[in-house]
Amino acid sequence: MAKATQPIMIDGVPLKEQLARAERRKKYIALGMVLPLLLFIIITFAIPILSMLFRSVDNPRMVTIVPNLVAALDDWDAVDLPSEQVFEIAFHDLTAAKKAGHLGKVSTHLNYSLSGGRSLILKTKRKFKKIKSGPYREAMIKSDKRWGDVHTWAVIKKVSVPYTARFFLNAVDRDYDDTGNVIQKPEEYRIYVTLFLRTLWISLGVTLMTLLIGYPIAYLISTTPPKISNLLIIMVLLPFWTSLLVRTTSWIVLLQTQGVLNDIMVWLGIISEQERIQMIFNLRGTLIAMTQILLPFMVLPMYSVMKTIPLYELRASQSLGANPFITFFRIFWPRSIPGIGAGGLLVFVLSVGYYITPALVGGSKGQMISNQIAFHMKSSLNWGLAAAMGTILLVAVLILYWLYDKVVGIDKMKLG
Amino acid sequence: MDVSRLPSYTGPLGRIWHYLFLLICALVFLLLIGPLFVIIPLSFNADSYFTFSEGMLRLDPDAFSLKWYRELFGTYEAIRSSRPESRGSEWASAAGNSFFIAICSTVIATSLGTLAAVGLSRSHMPFRRLIMAVLISPMIVPIIITAAGIFVYYSKYHLAYTHLGLILAHAALGTPFVVITVTAVLMGFDQQYVRASYSLGARPLKTFRKVVLPLTFPGIITGAIFAFVTSFDEVVVVIFLGGENQVTLPRLIWSGIRQEITLTILAVATIMVLLSVVVLFCVELLRRRHERFVTRPLGAP
Repeated sequence: MAKATQPIMIDGVPLKEQLARAERRKKYIALGMVLPLLLFIIITFAIPILSMLFRSVDNPRMVTIVPNLVAALDDWDAVDLPSEQVFEIAFHDLTAAKKAGHLGKVSTHLNYSLSGGRSLILKTKRKFKKIKSGPYREAMIKSDKRWGDVHTWAVIKKVSVPYTARFFLNAVDRDYDDTGNVIQKPEEYRIYVTLFLRTLWISLGVTLMTLLIGYPIAYLISTTPPKISNLLIIMVLLPFWTSLLVRTTSWIVLLQTQGVLNDIMVWLGIISEQERIQMIFNLRGTLIAMTQILLPFMVLPMYSVMKTIPLYELRASQSLGANPFITFFRIFWPRSIPGIGAGGLLVFVLSVGYYITPALVGGSKGQMISNQIAFHMKSSLNWGLAAAMGTILLVAVLILYWLYDKVVGIDKMKLG
Repeated sequence: MDVSRLPSYTGPLGRIWHYLFLLICALVFLLLIGPLFVIIPLSFNADSYFTFSEGMLRLDPDAFSLKWYRELFGTYEAIRSSRPESRGSEWASAAGNSFFIAICSTVIATSLGTLAAVGLSRSHMPFRRLIMAVLISPMIVPIIITAAGIFVYYSKYHLAYTHLGLILAHAALGTPFVVITVTAVLMGFDQQYVRASYSLGARPLKTFRKVVLPLTFPGIITGAIFAFVTSFDEVVVVIFLGGENQVTLPRLIWSGIRQEITLTILAVATIMVLLSVVVLFCVELLRRRHERFVTRPLGAP
């Protein structure tokens, strides 16, 4: 019965199946069009980023260079000095590493966690030559006292694990002690939590300032007739399209102590020649420059929400006797809140990851988390720590974008 | 309601508040574009100070000079002989690099991005949200993470310190803008045009070429401009990935600011501000053209 109701096409295939086939074909075509770009992004962008982030937990150095020692230390209890057998393995592994030219890497790696670790390992280059046969334990301790210290071995064991949370702990000013407990770093080494908090405060400050000064002009643009508002919009868009470096340069020219703004104030007699204000290369410089640079990202989303508010309602409210303030706060303000949300989130998420402007005008007090990541990538070469800080930053940014997607919709992002 | 004009029944308090509001707005607009226009007159400074000299304020023609522009184009002999290392040719080669890398990455980003946007705007697209998230990710990931990751990974394949490496990285950074703008245009695109074309006997490819492409062209060009500007402005990836043969304009400005800021940089900045005026003009033109299209219903004259 069921078969009889199903229409069969001339070639004997049921219509339903033919439709499904056609649907499938269209699906493949659509997918086929997206595939080239998807592959391109995955290969040139996604894999590099993910492999970078993987470094935040990856700790392959000891495992690949001194594998036997790592395996031997795995069974060691970290209470008493290791047995003669472990010393023998250590001696042979380090000798092999020396021959392969990898001793430098081991010493650098150890030095992150053990002060003087570099010299201890590099010393073996000379001293181990004299050791011809066992017992290795005594010979090694004789070559350097530190081999007789349980702490040395505990640190080696600690830095040898193939995967580690150490970089993440470092990124929040914590570390493992010898027995593997998480402890806070000594006070003078605690810098990163402060930096994360400062990044947060700068971003919040910039968001609030852009909101405060952006709201009036968004209101003005959305309530003036098109002839004027088009011109005003162009004034917002011009900085948006201008190179970030150019805008940062112009802030340096304006704000430096011998710059235009200080000159004007001296000329006007507000300050004397000696009391020129240091307005740049500090936190203030970062805040001022970032506020101006990110202002269009606040104004444009607010404007696109505000222009949907019908103006006749404002007129109706006034004609019913409400004064302009009540009209604004009862009619306009509530409806403009989605725009504030959209612009605020966008500005906040952009400023959390800001790098160029703080690097150029921030001095030492106006640096943000991105600048520290760059430092660890290029100068201190502690890539694991850079990756851990990057991961924390990225997770924060992704959460914010997820929020943005919920509030605004990510593909509706206003672009100019 | 036109807030720039006051109704006749406004009281004195309302009047004061109104003019205060306009004053605040004027100050904010000054903050927005003032900094950009301060550097333009300064770049014609005959002295080498970053401030207006007395002569400039008096509009004395001797206080203005084109010497920083001459240094830029490598023709100012006095500067060239006294400081042989600061030859203008490095700016010329940086401009060449910038344009070359930006044009190549724009071509890649625009072609791949447009094709993907066409696929994404079809109703048959599976996993649309997931794919969209991946495609937009270059715009979302903080630039320092992108630069670090790309540098480490590209080094393995000998792409660091090459033009090709920078082109690929910049193309990846530019694609989200192409995908977003073109998808937006296609979503507003009236599918009846396509059906009409089919019914008149055109094949899919011809329909795309003769109907879809001309109508979506403004969107594609806007996306391409975004991709171009993204690459042209980009400096962080260049700092990590570019060698001495891949110095671009932003890279040169960057090192100029960090080492010794000279008025030549202001001359470059002035040219770049003018360039952005041109870009803005093009984008506005395209936007208005597009608005005319989508607001006109099918069949309307």
